[in-house]
Amino acid sequence: MTTEHDTAAPPVKGGAAPGRPPAGASAEAAKKRARLSRRWQRDMRWSPYAFVSPFFLLFMAFGLFPLIYTGWASLHQVELTAPTDMTWVGMKNYTRIFDDDFFWNAAKNTLTIGIISTVPQLLMAMGLAHILNYKLRASTFYRVVMLAPYATSIAAASLVFVLLFGRDYGMINWVLGLVGIDNIDWQNDHWASQLAVSSIVIWRWTGYNALIYLAAMQAIPQDLYESAALDGASRWRQFLHVTLPSLRPTILFTVIVSTIGASQLFGEPLLFDANKGASGGSQHQFQTLGLYLYEQGWVNQHLGRASAIAWTMFLILIVIGVINSVISRRLRASS
Amino acid sequence: MRAARTTTARRALAIAAVASLGAGLLAGCADDGGDDSSSSSGDSSGKTTITLGLFGTQGFKEAGLYKEYEKLNPDIKIEENVTERNENYYPALVNHLTTNSGLQDVQAIEVGNIAEVVNTQADKFVDMSKVEGVKKENWLDWKWQQGATKDGQAVGLGTDIGPMAICYRKDLFEKAGLPTDREEVGKLWAGDWSKLVDAGEDYKKKAPSGTTFMDSPGGLLNAILSSESEKFYDASGKVIYKDNPAVKGAFDLTAKAAEEGLVQSQTQFQPAWDQTIANSKFASVVCPPWMLGYLKGKSQPDAAGKWDVAAAPKSGNWGGTFLGVPKSGKHVEEAQKLVAWLTAPEQQAKLFAVQGSFPSAPGAYKLPEVTGAKNSMTGDAPIGDIFAKAAADIPAQVIGPKDQIIQQGLTDNGVVLVTQGKSAKDAWETATKTIDNNLDQ
Repeated sequence: MTTEHDTAAPPVKGGAAPGRPPAGASAEAAKKRARLSRRWQRDMRWSPYAFVSPFFLLFMAFGLFPLIYTGWASLHQVELTAPTDMTWVGMKNYTRIFDDDFFWNAAKNTLTIGIISTVPQLLMAMGLAHILNYKLRASTFYRVVMLAPYATSIAAASLVFVLLFGRDYGMINWVLGLVGIDNIDWQNDHWASQLAVSSIVIWRWTGYNALIYLAAMQAIPQDLYESAALDGASRWRQFLHVTLPSLRPTILFTVIVSTIGASQLFGEPLLFDANKGASGGSQHQFQTLGLYLYEQGWVNQHLGRASAIAWTMFLILIVIGVINSVISRRLRASS
Repeated sequence: MRAARTTTARRALAIAAVASLGAGLLAGCADDGGDDSSSSSGDSSGKTTITLGLFGTQGFKEAGLYKEYEKLNPDIKIEENVTERNENYYPALVNHLTTNSGLQDVQAIEVGNIAEVVNTQADKFVDMSKVEGVKKENWLDWKWQQGATKDGQAVGLGTDIGPMAICYRKDLFEKAGLPTDREEVGKLWAGDWSKLVDAGEDYKKKAPSGTTFMDSPGGLLNAILSSESEKFYDASGKVIYKDNPAVKGAFDLTAKAAEEGLVQSQTQFQPAWDQTIANSKFASVVCPPWMLGYLKGKSQPDAAGKWDVAAAPKSGNWGGTFLGVPKSGKHVEEAQKLVAWLTAPEQQAKLFAVQGSFPSAPGAYKLPEVTGAKNSMTGDAPIGDIFAKAAADIPAQVIGPKDQIIQQGLTDNGVVLVTQGKSAKDAWETATKTIDNNLDQ
């Protein structure tokens, strides 16, 4: 408090007093004004911190502290049954990750499921947005319908998909059976299961991304299309040479958001498991990193190992983020 | 002056806003024990409210036991908080125990977790053996031992157990040319699990189309393992599952049944498995008494009375619950009395009559609720006597803290794979690799 007072004081002495000639105004009024001015300055200086403090307090309590504590726990052997009882093991939890087949299997699954779900999702979203960008009857209705999956809960959606993808009594296999395709074991076959999990993600997020694209498309000036049409460009050429370049920042945004979403994939594979465990299928065929982390921490109760996995995931995400920003900078430079 | 006043007013407002936000934050952080004054002193009528933390369907409420106890003790009120699945209930319980907050006055513990709780959390629970009216002899010895520490502290008192028998479809057995009388069926495989698999082979020869002998590989494996006195841990607490011939034998026998197509490629208690019950796709299932209730819930009405119950090759236990009283509860003494009452033979018998939870107190086996018990799925089979006989032969099994993880690995990452075409050897490797990784701290 004293420093606050000191720093606030000098300008008052130098500024306010000399400017006013010692006219009839009493010294008391000047003093009062000086006090108010000091208060005002203190207010200006410190109030903003008070205003933003709730966020930072919350962030420290629920973001920063857990982050650091997780890092600390990752250097120990800790069990969920006695979280305060820590044994120092140094980097062991990290070094073991290098030859932890289950971790790398989960990393690979996260990558492949990420690709299978993100690429078709964004392509379909782009197509849908392009169609909806034409003048359509009941366009609001279509937009609401597209966003509906986004508004449903992951749990409810995943459970319905589990039924649809059932091996013996599922609707999808029934339809495939009508065209002569044998029952596919959607939950146990490696690629089929990854495809099924991806389809839940695609179903849920396509509409969301389509709306973002649509918003960006509507911001493209109409005269660009007009002049392209005057130059004899077909609809397809207009899409390629007017729409896509204008959407570049938006596409980049959706790619980044989808990548983050894909790397955190958890709820869908957890609920898709036929055995209701956290191992992502009998042969870990669709266990993602998020699921593996959960399995180690909450099912197997190894908090230290789970913490190390969490931090490794964090580091991997940072690397992906750096690559992303390098690519986007390149793209921006080339345009 | 005016400007000055508005700034003051504004600042006062800002301070008030920050203060209220801060207060809200602090209130949010305050632990659950903070508001105990409101519930501990009871409501306006001066009643003491005892809370129970339970999972699944324990059936105390359904059997009217709370009402009865409240009538006997007019100043007590009982409330229960139920979590559907133990997989969700247990981690939360461990969390509450280690942080010593958020605990109910009474907490239920599943048999799969009791060893871990006894080994690591015993100091958080009161010793139930010291409670008036609690006598060790009232329980089956092995049930009492499971809930007790080495120095004799009873962490939890047993409620129900799950003595296993084999439930079979009389109509399907008849069509396949197997005997249908429960004594004769029991003789088919008495004493040896491999004879059960042999009977399955006989069934398969003339099986009604679309049906298999048993429901799932997990059910069979669980039954065999449960009838062993030592499975995953030895008496000293060492993990021996990989070297225990009994475990490997159970795994290989189940894998054999899976390879020969005697079991469905299903996981128990999943929707697809439920559908195989509804569509009568299997002829037999390993069943503790509570399984009859499950079958009833998932079957078509026309399946009623088509089932019967025969003795299993060897007796084993599947499931069961303990009730413990955490020291940090608000009404420890009243809770202890309630638990002692709920687990007494008379109440266990009532629970069986309504819920099918089989008593862990042998004193209940002579009571009419048990001896006269019938189930609509099994017609007039004397199920009370059949299960009581099975209960008497259950071995005192060594249970370890990570039994659940090991068995889940052997099932979900093991024998299930055989039903999908993997060899028994590959499945064993996948299972043991998964389990070892899961156990490694």
